[in-house]
Amino acid sequence: MATRPPATIGQRNRKVGLIFAGIAAAMLGLGYASVPLYRLFCQATGYEGTPRRASELEARAVKSAGTSISIRFDANVNGGMPWDFRPEQTTQTETIGERKMAFFYAHNKSARPITGRASYNIEPEQAAKYFNKIQCFCFTEQRLLPGQEVKMPVIYFVDPAILKDAEAKDLPQITLSYTFNEVRDAEAPLVKPLDRAVSQR
Amino acid sequence: MATTPATHEAFQAHDHGHAHDHDHKPGFFARWFMSTNHKDIGTLYLIFAVCAGVIGGAVSGMMRAELAHPGIQYLGMFASWLGTANPTFDEQLHLWNVLITAHGLIMVFFMVMPAMIGGFGNWFVPIMIGAPDMAFPRMNNISFWMTVAGFCSLMFSAFVPGGTGKGAGIGWTAYAPLSTSGSVGPAVDFAIFSLHLAGAASIMGAINFITTILNMRAPGMTLHKMPLFVWSVLVTAFLLLLALPVLAAAITMLITDRNFGTTFFDASGGGDPILYQHLFWFFGHPEVYIMILPGFGMISQIISTFSKKPVFGYLGMAYAMVAIGVVGFIVWAHHMYTTGLGVNTKMYFTAATMVIAVPTGIKIFSWIATMWGGSLEFKSPMVWALGFIFLFTLGGVTGVVLANGGIDDNLQDTYYVVAHFHYVLSLGAVTSLFAGFYYWFPKMSGRMHSELLAHIHFWIFFIGVNLIFFPMHFLGAQGMPRRYPDYTPAFEHWNTVATNGYMIMALSMVVFFINIGYALAAGKKAGDNPWGEGATTLEWTLSSPPPFHQFETLPVIDDAAHH
Repeated sequence: MATRPPATIGQRNRKVGLIFAGIAAAMLGLGYASVPLYRLFCQATGYEGTPRRASELEARAVKSAGTSISIRFDANVNGGMPWDFRPEQTTQTETIGERKMAFFYAHNKSARPITGRASYNIEPEQAAKYFNKIQCFCFTEQRLLPGQEVKMPVIYFVDPAILKDAEAKDLPQITLSYTFNEVRDAEAPLVKPLDRAVSQR
Repeated sequence: MATTPATHEAFQAHDHGHAHDHDHKPGFFARWFMSTNHKDIGTLYLIFAVCAGVIGGAVSGMMRAELAHPGIQYLGMFASWLGTANPTFDEQLHLWNVLITAHGLIMVFFMVMPAMIGGFGNWFVPIMIGAPDMAFPRMNNISFWMTVAGFCSLMFSAFVPGGTGKGAGIGWTAYAPLSTSGSVGPAVDFAIFSLHLAGAASIMGAINFITTILNMRAPGMTLHKMPLFVWSVLVTAFLLLLALPVLAAAITMLITDRNFGTTFFDASGGGDPILYQHLFWFFGHPEVYIMILPGFGMISQIISTFSKKPVFGYLGMAYAMVAIGVVGFIVWAHHMYTTGLGVNTKMYFTAATMVIAVPTGIKIFSWIATMWGGSLEFKSPMVWALGFIFLFTLGGVTGVVLANGGIDDNLQDTYYVVAHFHYVLSLGAVTSLFAGFYYWFPKMSGRMHSELLAHIHFWIFFIGVNLIFFPMHFLGAQGMPRRYPDYTPAFEHWNTVATNGYMIMALSMVVFFINIGYALAAGKKAGDNPWGEGATTLEWTLSSPPPFHQFETLPVIDDAAHH
């Protein structure tokens, strides 16, 4: 058997040094990986008021719980975006477990086409994981031509499981908040996704 | 990890060139600017840390002057010093943010860390394990000069626009969106870049220490025979290695959010500013242990030396530090209780945070047990070490209070928090630095300092810092928020007391510098071991100062040798 000469201290140091440099690089990678991981974590747990997204099928399986809860709607635009954006109704009474539709109104007051994307949040945060959106104008970017006005729907339901959560069952009201942000340099198609969203129903 | 005879030969072969002229030193420029000698680099780090500490301390003096009385008195004058002629009121207030940012970053990254790890770590880790030098001497040099470059970058940032006025006013935490869309101008980029440099330097330093400690121990120096200071630096190096890259990732995202249109922390692009806080504190909490653990190690050496007893519960002491390091990574969100965490999350972080009190308690009680029945000698390092135990315990107690999610809702961002972390860091870590300094100064310089001046330094410092920070508990409990240059007149009394305390503390620094000057100019020559039979670690077997290259023949540690 051929035995290798024992490694010199310099060689052994290089090996150990490289291993730990690799660990440092892995932690750097983990720092970046935390960005998508954190997003997934928020979507899965409703952390930080992230509402859930439910499919038609999931929505059909949910049974009405009979009790109702108030839903409040809030609409904002970010950084002086020249849109008029407001909910068509301030509050709605939602029977827990039943699907409900709310409308938002948007109007491009400027003389140029503007694409917007809505970010959204639920308040209080512990209700977020029970707030399900089946369809929402916030799922896609919205492009409004100069002066164009639209009505945009949100279809949602509140999961009856909320009634079993000690932290959330006594909530009298859930607020759904939207903020429209202008998408810069967007090459959005001129087909209006809004019309599609409404017609699909 | 076995240290084989073959390795032993390799050391001798490597050192062969020096063997003829034992203490041959290179010329001044080559020795101090291109140094690869761990002791010289340690000295450079200590000098650098003292300079940075004076600047960081002067910044806190500016803040204490402004806070002495309600209203804005001095900020306009300070702003004009920094080159803003006739500053507007907003520019004056911006300067306040610049000052708190500079004070935090300087003290954390350019004073405590370079002194603890770069200074004492470089000087004594190789000697204490019986190694001739660090594993990567040239990387050691790069680490030092990158730290200096980082400091220059931070200083430079004070003179370029940072939004409302000159300088980076983002707090040491650099939360988005204040540090992204909230601060236009290159100052914040320079401040973040300085963190990149200091961080990269520390990561390289950490790799260097880990490799040195794992690979280069003298024959017979097993891990469980290493002095506790070496253990503390080993744990610290692991914390640095795992925490700093996460900070590097987070602040790189800040840079790209600021300059290259990414939206990692911008909700309008699908990002999330809270994620920055998670990333920052995943680094930031281990960071506080990075700053205090080497202090723990030094205090263990000092208490043992001046009690003339081996440290009580050596293994418990070593693994308590490991436990603090491990648990330190899973408690970060206790800095974020008011960001809207759920009740269950808060409960977890409250409980996990309190668990840290257990290994910390092991350390405190083991220090006391080391002294128990010992032959105590109250030389200056011992007095500083006792001061450390007192002050650190006080800071630890308020830490347990703040760990409670419910209580923290009320105390978040008040002066109570400021009092807490200054008791553990400004008073804890800095006191341990002075303890270590007086302990090792004779070894490093070959000269004895004045014990009388060191004791006077201690008492003035002790009274001063307690006058600064103890009243902050009252101010915080009454609701005075941190990070403001002004306050309601109801808070004036204790703020004036704190400012007077600052001046007493500053006076103690004068005594410190006089003592160093005296020792270097006229101090008695120090023997190999000025502290007597209690000082058993390897550095005391060498001359004072140690030869330029030590341990060309490796020491052999026999089984009977204790820690």
